[in-house]
Amino acid sequence: MSHSTEISSKEAWGGGQSPFRVSYGKMMMWFFLVSDALTFGGLLVSYGFIRHKYADVWPKAENVFTHFPFIEKHLPLAYVGLMTFILIMSSVTMVLAVEAGHRNDKKKVIMWMFWTIVGGATFVGSQAWEWFHFIHGTADGALRHVWDMDSGKYVEKVIYGANMTVNEYGVPQFANYFFFITGFHGFHVFSGVCINLIIFLNVLKGTYERRGHYEMIEKVGLYWHFVDLVWVFVFTFFYLL
Amino acid sequence: MAHDHTATLEHAEHHDHSHAHDDEHHESFVSKYVFSQDHKMISRQFLITAVIMAVIAMTMSILFRMQLAWPGEKFGFINAMLGDKWGKDGVLNPNMYLALVTIHGTIMVFFVLTGGLSGTFANLLIPYQVGARDMASGFLNMLSYWFFFASSCIMLSSLFIEHGPASGGWTIYPPLSALPEAMDGSKLGMTLWLISMTLFIVSSLLGGINYIVTILNLRTKGMTMTRMPLSIWALLTTAILGVLSFPVLVSCVLLLICDRSLGTSFYLSDIYIGGRPLDNVGGSPVLFEHLFWFLGHPEVYIVLLPALGISSEVISTNSRKPIFGYRAMIGSMLAIGFLSFIVWGHHMFLTGMNPFLGSVFVFTTLLIAIPSAVKAFNYITTLWKGNIQYTPAMLFSIGMVSSFVTGGVTGIILADSTLDINVHDTYFVVAHFHIVMGLSAIFGMFAGVYHWFPKLFLRMMGKKLGYLHFWLTFVCAYGVFFPMHFLGLAGVPRRYYTNSNFPMFDNLVDINEIVTIFAIIGALAQGVFLFNFFYSMFRGEKAPQNPWNSNTLEWTTPMAHIHGNWPGALPTVHRWSYDYSKPGAEHDFIPQTVPLAEGEHDGGAH
Repeated sequence: MSHSTEISSKEAWGGGQSPFRVSYGKMMMWFFLVSDALTFGGLLVSYGFIRHKYADVWPKAENVFTHFPFIEKHLPLAYVGLMTFILIMSSVTMVLAVEAGHRNDKKKVIMWMFWTIVGGATFVGSQAWEWFHFIHGTADGALRHVWDMDSGKYVEKVIYGANMTVNEYGVPQFANYFFFITGFHGFHVFSGVCINLIIFLNVLKGTYERRGHYEMIEKVGLYWHFVDLVWVFVFTFFYLL
Repeated sequence: MAHDHTATLEHAEHHDHSHAHDDEHHESFVSKYVFSQDHKMISRQFLITAVIMAVIAMTMSILFRMQLAWPGEKFGFINAMLGDKWGKDGVLNPNMYLALVTIHGTIMVFFVLTGGLSGTFANLLIPYQVGARDMASGFLNMLSYWFFFASSCIMLSSLFIEHGPASGGWTIYPPLSALPEAMDGSKLGMTLWLISMTLFIVSSLLGGINYIVTILNLRTKGMTMTRMPLSIWALLTTAILGVLSFPVLVSCVLLLICDRSLGTSFYLSDIYIGGRPLDNVGGSPVLFEHLFWFLGHPEVYIVLLPALGISSEVISTNSRKPIFGYRAMIGSMLAIGFLSFIVWGHHMFLTGMNPFLGSVFVFTTLLIAIPSAVKAFNYITTLWKGNIQYTPAMLFSIGMVSSFVTGGVTGIILADSTLDINVHDTYFVVAHFHIVMGLSAIFGMFAGVYHWFPKLFLRMMGKKLGYLHFWLTFVCAYGVFFPMHFLGLAGVPRRYYTNSNFPMFDNLVDINEIVTIFAIIGALAQGVFLFNFFYSMFRGEKAPQNPWNSNTLEWTTPMAHIHGNWPGALPTVHRWSYDYSKPGAEHDFIPQTVPLAEGEHDGGAH
């Protein structure tokens, strides 16, 4: 940090050094994240487009996600709130791992990376639970107008849970986007957990200790924070708005 | 953050270090020619793959042009090429016609003019012209090529499956593309198309991130952003456009894959097939178009900008004059890049979009004419009173300026919704985009190949054959696409297998024949190029170090493909790259590595 303040911006952009004073690997990660943000942007804008089209019949999330594992009570959005909290906490532990890396404190890096992985895995598991409940629906089901292919008419039918074509809670598009966007995000979290695991094993093996710095933790940290940030948007659009 | 910086330095040192072992740097065949991490080899891999893909796509265009000029006529070679299934008795099968049109477009747009053009010249020029040992990450660069290769193979493999390749047009609009039962071309062929494009996007992303980071982080000492050649600025803008627009195509394609395979209804609603309604309700095909064209329009500039950058270099060098309006060129490229993200609606005037929204898109689209005109005028004013060296590369660059202007003029017509509605989906549109983006980009690519062949293969390409190639290509290209404007104005729709059922088009058959004859001659002319290219690669005259007396850094590298590009230290840059015919200078060019003389100003001021 010390020498970076001494270089004028003219010198920084004058070649021979990195103008943003970051390594190429970290800058690549930043550009990848920008790009990935646009993929999620495309998906969330599509979601907004369709939701706007069905504004009056769009299901309310607090009527859909009311379960909590092992508790037979009506607790709207409580579980997803917990999931979100766990994911955000895993971002905090990631920050602590990066900070420990700055101090070359291998033991602390191992500890905080471990908790980050646990947090991420818990989130993915919770998402599976959430999907399970959404797919199975309530015991009573709900009467919905559904398109009957044989007669070519809308008919009234009791629907249990949601899949790609019918949705107990309202329009099928809700289920389509819910499965796709949370699935795509969940896939990101899952890849993040795998990457974190690889890096964790490298830390255990002492790869970064020999290298003299823990920059790799920062790079995966960037990805991890990004995935958490995307969840904040997904959470807001699907559950809160 | 100090150690970040160390990491960069370490990277540079690593290259210096490995470079010291040049002579003993033994590589196996696999690491040198196949999974190479060297930017020069990857560049050649991209180029040769693109040449092969271009020949395939061009052959396809000849097949469907034959059908358009002489519908129903029997041609033995069509039967020989496509067999009895797709070319029974030598007549092109209608489904195969649609498939050929689709795959021709896909290969040309993505595999030749995106992957091929950017892949070749970004890899070759970025490390050379900014003074870097190699790309920031050689490994990701290698992956970028091999993803491109895999995606090319999958795209081509779809030509050999039972129901034929994707045939819904290169824009693959749903519902046609989303329902396998809609037509043969929406079955397995479409699935392969989508898989291939997904891999292509991965390749493009890996490449793009590498290009941007190399330009920003690995410039040699003295190479300020405003001393960089315009080719680098163009490749930087292109890479940024790719990184921002291709991911939206990912979301677009993934949702389509779900509609096809998982039964969702993102793009589907109210569809009857064979009188039976489908249970897909509630989606919107217009959503697909929005997502697709949000990529699709920047894609036009991803194709075009490298060609503009290459031409800037070639025109300035061969006019022996500094490029006119260097900073205006950069500004206009950035402006084009920015505007390209807010004009996609002009592809959708007929989708039932709100006319007010349409007029907003008309306005933003017309704005692009301003930076484009700045560029066109700057090319012409660079040529003005220049000491013009008519190398084949220079001819192709001038050809590029010509097609850019011709296609730009029809672009103004198409940008205006009131006019566009009349010629929408006719041959007028086909003529417009083939001239403005197809011809311009391919001319830029040819210019680049002729100009940098000495750096690619260390030999010169034959000049006389180059002239022959240029004039045949140039005349035939206009011969093909100019008459198409008249077809379009007469209302002939694009993508139709035959127009013989419409008596009003009967008197236009002659135009179609002329177009096809020019297309055949133009295609044969590419044989001249192919011969010249492959012959010169092995037998061409050995190239001198700086054959065009050019200023840029790549001509200071030795005439051998050495690991790390420069023996010894990296060159230091002291001036911009356009000091041609500087008053008072001894030679008519001053390489960027020459220090500024006492009292001399940089950047063309004197």
